[in-house]
Amino acid sequence: MSAVLRVADLRVSIGRREIVQGLSFAVEPETTLGIVGESGSGKSMTVLAATGLLDAPGARVSGSSVLTTGSDGGRSLELVGARSSALRRVHGDKVGFVFQDPTTSLNPLLTLERQITESLEAHRSLTRRAAAGRALELLEAVGLPEPEQRLQAYPHQLSGGQRQRVMIAIALACDPVLLVADEPTTALDVTTQAQIIELVRTLQRERGTAVVWISHDLGVIGQVADDVLVLQQGAPVEHRGVVELMDEPRHPYTRELLAARPRLGMSGPPPVDAEGDVLLSVRDLDVRFTVASAAGRRTVHAVDGVSFDVRRGRTLGIVGESGSGKSTIANVLTGLVRPAGGSAELAGEDVLNRASNDLRRRIAMVFQDPFSSLDPRMRVGDSIAEPLRVHQLPSDRRPRGERVAELLELVDLPAAFAQRYPHELSGGQRQRVSIARALALEPELVVLDESTASLDVSIQARVLDLLRRLQAELSLTFVFIAHDLAIVQQMSHDVLVMQRGRTVEHAPAVEIFANPQQEYTRRLLAAIPPDRPRAALQDS
Amino acid sequence: MSEARDEPVVDEASAVVASPSEPTRLTAVRLLASNPLTVTSAVVLLVVVLLALAAPWVAPYGINDVDVANALQLPSAAHWFGTDDLGRDVFSRVIVAARVSLQVAVVSVTFAFVLGVLVGVVSGYVGGLLDTVLMRLVDVMFAFPVLLLALAIVAILQPGMATTMLAIGIVYTPIFARVARASTLSVRHEPYVQVSRTMGTPAATILRTHVLPNISGPLIVQTSLSLAFAILSEAALSFLGLGIQPPAPSWGGMLFSAQGFLGQAWWMSVFPGAAIFVTVLAFNLLGDGLRDVLDPKQRTLIESRRAR
Amino acid sequence: MSLAPRQLLVFLGRRLLYSAVVLLGVLVLVFALVQVVPGDPIRLALGTRYTEEAYQALLTASGLDRPLLEQFVSYLGHALTGDLGVSFRSGEPVSVLLMRRLPATLSLAVVGLVIASVISIPAGVWSALHEGRASDAIIRVTSQFGVSVPDFWMGMLLILLFSTTFGLLPSSGYVAFSDDPGEWARRVVLPGLTVGLVAGAIMTRYVRGAVLEVASMSYVRTARSKGLPNGVVVRRHIMRNALVPVLTIAGIQFASILGGVIVVEVVFAWPGLGRLVYESVAARDYSMIQGSVLLIAAMFLLVNLLVDVLYAVVDPRIRLS
Repeated sequence: MSAVLRVADLRVSIGRREIVQGLSFAVEPETTLGIVGESGSGKSMTVLAATGLLDAPGARVSGSSVLTTGSDGGRSLELVGARSSALRRVHGDKVGFVFQDPTTSLNPLLTLERQITESLEAHRSLTRRAAAGRALELLEAVGLPEPEQRLQAYPHQLSGGQRQRVMIAIALACDPVLLVADEPTTALDVTTQAQIIELVRTLQRERGTAVVWISHDLGVIGQVADDVLVLQQGAPVEHRGVVELMDEPRHPYTRELLAARPRLGMSGPPPVDAEGDVLLSVRDLDVRFTVASAAGRRTVHAVDGVSFDVRRGRTLGIVGESGSGKSTIANVLTGLVRPAGGSAELAGEDVLNRASNDLRRRIAMVFQDPFSSLDPRMRVGDSIAEPLRVHQLPSDRRPRGERVAELLELVDLPAAFAQRYPHELSGGQRQRVSIARALALEPELVVLDESTASLDVSIQARVLDLLRRLQAELSLTFVFIAHDLAIVQQMSHDVLVMQRGRTVEHAPAVEIFANPQQEYTRRLLAAIPPDRPRAALQDS
Repeated sequence: MSEARDEPVVDEASAVVASPSEPTRLTAVRLLASNPLTVTSAVVLLVVVLLALAAPWVAPYGINDVDVANALQLPSAAHWFGTDDLGRDVFSRVIVAARVSLQVAVVSVTFAFVLGVLVGVVSGYVGGLLDTVLMRLVDVMFAFPVLLLALAIVAILQPGMATTMLAIGIVYTPIFARVARASTLSVRHEPYVQVSRTMGTPAATILRTHVLPNISGPLIVQTSLSLAFAILSEAALSFLGLGIQPPAPSWGGMLFSAQGFLGQAWWMSVFPGAAIFVTVLAFNLLGDGLRDVLDPKQRTLIESRRAR
Repeated sequence: MSLAPRQLLVFLGRRLLYSAVVLLGVLVLVFALVQVVPGDPIRLALGTRYTEEAYQALLTASGLDRPLLEQFVSYLGHALTGDLGVSFRSGEPVSVLLMRRLPATLSLAVVGLVIASVISIPAGVWSALHEGRASDAIIRVTSQFGVSVPDFWMGMLLILLFSTTFGLLPSSGYVAFSDDPGEWARRVVLPGLTVGLVAGAIMTRYVRGAVLEVASMSYVRTARSKGLPNGVVVRRHIMRNALVPVLTIAGIQFASILGGVIVVEVVFAWPGLGRLVYESVAARDYSMIQGSVLLIAAMFLLVNLLVDVLYAVVDPRIRLS
C-alpha cells in the first residue's frame, strides 16, 4: 500500500533556531502513527508544518511532505511550499484536524450544524439542506446523545468530551484520508479520554482513515498507535512499531521515557507505621460556591459531606476527575476557602475558623503550576525566605540566607540558585523551589495539589522521588491530590476517591487498587491506558 | 495553543535557559530602546520638559509684553511663531504655557494615580461588598463624559489652576481604579499570591510585596496615556475659559483668542495647537511602546518579529 | 435560531437593575452638585441681576430652602417624571430647554458615529489582519495622530481650510434637518468630520485590538483547518466574534459624543447640549447644569443598555446559558 502522507527531511526553523531537525516518516492508510515527545520536542510543529497549517510568524519550512489521495497511488500533492489556495483545497477535505482544547476550538457563536456543514459546503458544494443531513449523520457517528436536538445547539451547552466529539465530526465531515489529532485527549478526564480513543479507533476502522496522533503520553500512544516516532528537541530519536518500541526500546531516551511514565503497580510509598496518631481529622466538610454568570447566579456544591483522617507520617491520596472537589479540599485546609460546614482539626486544633498564625506554620501547600507559583519579580532566595520573614524566623538570629541554602540543598538545588529569578529556571527546578519554600517552616502537613501534573514525565518522576525521600527523612505527612491514579498509587498509603464533591471510596491504597469496591473506582481504573500497547494484546 | 508549551526546556541537571516569555528589566529596557517611535517620543518629551523648565530663561520675550504696534506679525527671525493680537510673542507664550500644562497634567495624574490605585487595589484584593460598592461608584463616575464632569466640578468651585488640577484629577481617578482593580484581580489569583496567603502573610504585606510590583506594568502604561489625556482636558478647559485663567498663558487659552483671528493670523492657532498635539502624541506613543514591552501578550509578538 | 426567553429576560432584568442602580448614583451626585457649592448658589446664579424679590422667588421655586432629605425626595420624584425644575437664569423649564438642544447634538452624534465607523472598521480590521506589516504600522501611527489631536484645534484647522481659505463650507451654525436637509448637511459636515475623525481614530485602535484577539483564538485555527476560503474565515469567524467588543466601543463613543463634544459645539457655534452645558457653567445656572448632566448620563446608560441587548442577540452564551 502506498503511504497517505510521506514526509522527508522536514525542517522548521524560527530565526536561527531549528525547531524541527530533519524528520522523515510515512503514514499508511488505516494505520496510526503516534508522535510522542516532551514539551519542546516540536511534535505539534512537525505535523502542522507537514500539513501546511503552520502559521507561526517567521517560521521557515523546508523538506518535503507529499499527500497522496485516492486509491492505487491516485494523485499526489507536495504540501511544503504549496500555494495557500491548494492547501485550502486539502484542509478539511483530505486532511482533518482535531486540536487539544475542546473548550476553545469551537466557535462560540455558531451552531454545531453550521460548524460541521461549513467544510461540506466549501469542499463538496453540498446544498445547505444536504449538508445538514450529513451533519446529523456525523453527530450520530461520533455518538453524541440526542443528535437531532444538538444540531441547533451551541458549544457552551456541551461538556468537554462532547465538544471533542463534535471536533471529530468536523474533522471527518468530508471523509479525509488523513486525520491529524494533536493531543486530543490531554484536556479531558481519564474516563472521557478512554471513550474518545475508542471512538477514533472505531471511525478509523470504518473509514480506513490514516491517523497522526500527537501526544506526550506514552500510555495513550500505546493504545492508538501502530508505529511510534519519538522526538527529542526537534530530532527523531526512535521510529518503530509500537510493540517493538515499547518492549525493546533501543535509544536511551526512549528507555527513560518508558521508565518514567507513571504506571499502576510500579512502586509504592515508603512503608510507615499504620497505627500512628491521627494528625489531620476532617469531618463532614461542606463547601459551596456561588457562580455568577451572565444569566444569574447559581450555587455549586463543591464538597459535600467529606470526612477522613490522616495519620502522622502517612500520605492520603485524593483522586478524582475535574469537578470532583479535590482541589477545594486543599484550599479549605490551607485557609484559602471557607467551608459552609464541617470541621477540620490538626492534632486537635481547629484549622477552619480563625486559624492562628502558628497553625498556618504547620500546614504548607505546593500548587500545580510551576510557572506561576513563584513571584516573577522575586529572587528564588527571597521566595523561599518569604515564609521565614512572615513568621520572623529563624528566631536564633541566624542569617536567613543560611536556612535558604539548607532548603535548596534539601531539594537538590545548588545554593547559588538563591540569586536567580524564576524565569531562569526550568519547570522542574521551579517546582523544587516551591517545595523548598513549603518546607521552610518545618510543617507537619504538606498539601500537594496536582504538584507534578504540569511537568514532563521524566521530570515528574524525579520530583516524585524527591517527595518520597523528603517524607522518609523528615517524617512529613502529605495530602496528595492528583487526577492520575498511577502516581497516586506511587505516593499514597491511603486513598480517597471523589466524584462530584462526594466520597466514592476511602480505603488503604493497597485495598483500593487490588480490590475496588465501587463501580466508579473500577471505571477510573479501567480507563487508565494499560501498560502493554493494545497492538501487543491483539497479536497474542 | 499547544505549541505554547513547546518552549526551550533544560534538563534538570543542566544550568540555565532564560525562557523568552519573561525578560528581565534589562531586556525590557533594551526592547524599548529598539523601537524607534518610542525612542523618538521619549526624546521629544525630554525636550518639551526641558524647554518647559527653562522657559523663564529661554523665552525671548515676556509673556505679557504687550506691543500693539507689532500686533499680528507673521513669524519672523524676531518672533519665531509671530505675535498675537496684542503684539505678544507667541513663541514665548507657547513655551511658558508648556510649563503650566505639564504641571497641571503631572499634579492631576499623580492625584488620580494615588487615589485610583488605592481604591482599585483594595477593591480588587478585598472583594465582596466593598468591591461592589466601590465599583458601582466608579461606574457612576464613568456615566459622565470626562469634560462634562470636569466642567461640573469647575462650576462648583472657582475656575483656576488648583480647580483645574482637582477636576482633572478626579475625572481620571476611576480609570486608574479600574486598571488597578483588574490587574489586582488577576494577580490575586496567581498561585504565588495564594501560597503567600496560606503562610498567613498579612494582606498589607501581600499587597506591598506581590501585588503592587506585579501590577506596575499596566499602571505605568496607563500613567503615560493619562498624562496625554490630562493635557488634552486642560487645554479644553482653558479653551472654554474655565481652566487656566488669563493673563497666565495656556495652550487652550491661546487657541481661544486665536479663534477670532483665524483668517488674519493662522500662526496664532497653528503653533499652540501643534504644541498640544506634539506633546500628547509623544505621551501616547510612549504609552504604546511601554504597552508593547510591559504587556506580555504583545511582548511575545515583538520578540517573534525581532527574531526574524 | 431558537430564543429562550427566560434566560434572555433574566439577563436583561439584571442589566436593567444594574442601570437603575447606577442611575440612582448619578441622581445622588447630580443632586449633591448644588448642595456642595461653597456659598449661596442662588446668589451666585443671580450675580448682577440680584434683587430681594428675584432671590426669594428663585429660592422658593428651587426648593433650596427646604430640609435636605425633603429636597432630595422631591428632586428624585420630579426628575423621574421628567420635571427638572426651572432654569435659574431664564426661568424656563429645564426639560424644555434641553429638548430644544437635543436635535442638534443628535445630528452631530449620528453623523460623527457614521464617519467614525466608516473609517475605523475597515482600517482596524485591515490593520489587524496585516499585523506587523507596513500598512499596519501606518494605520497604527495615523490613528495615534487622531487620538492625540485636540478636537477643537482640528475644528479650527478645518474651518481655516474649508471656510476661511476655500470658502467651501459654512463655519458655524445649525439648521434643522426638517427645515432644510441640504443646508443641514452643508453645516453638519465640518463639525461632524471633526467629531468623527477623532472618534474614528479611537475606534480604529479598539477594532484592531478586538480583531487581533479573536484572530488568535483556537476556533479560528479550527476554521482554517477546514480549508475555508480566507474571506469566510474572516467574515464568519473573526468579524462576527469581534463584533461584540466593537459594538461596546461604538456605543461608548456614541454616548460620549452625545454628551462630550462641548468644545466642538463651542467652536462651530452649534446649539447643542454641549454648548448649553458650557453656557450654564459660565452663567452658574445650577439647575440647568444639573438637568443637562443628568440627561447626558442617562443617555449614556441607555446607550449601554441597548448595547447589552444587542450583545444578547449576538451571543448565544448569554441568550441560552
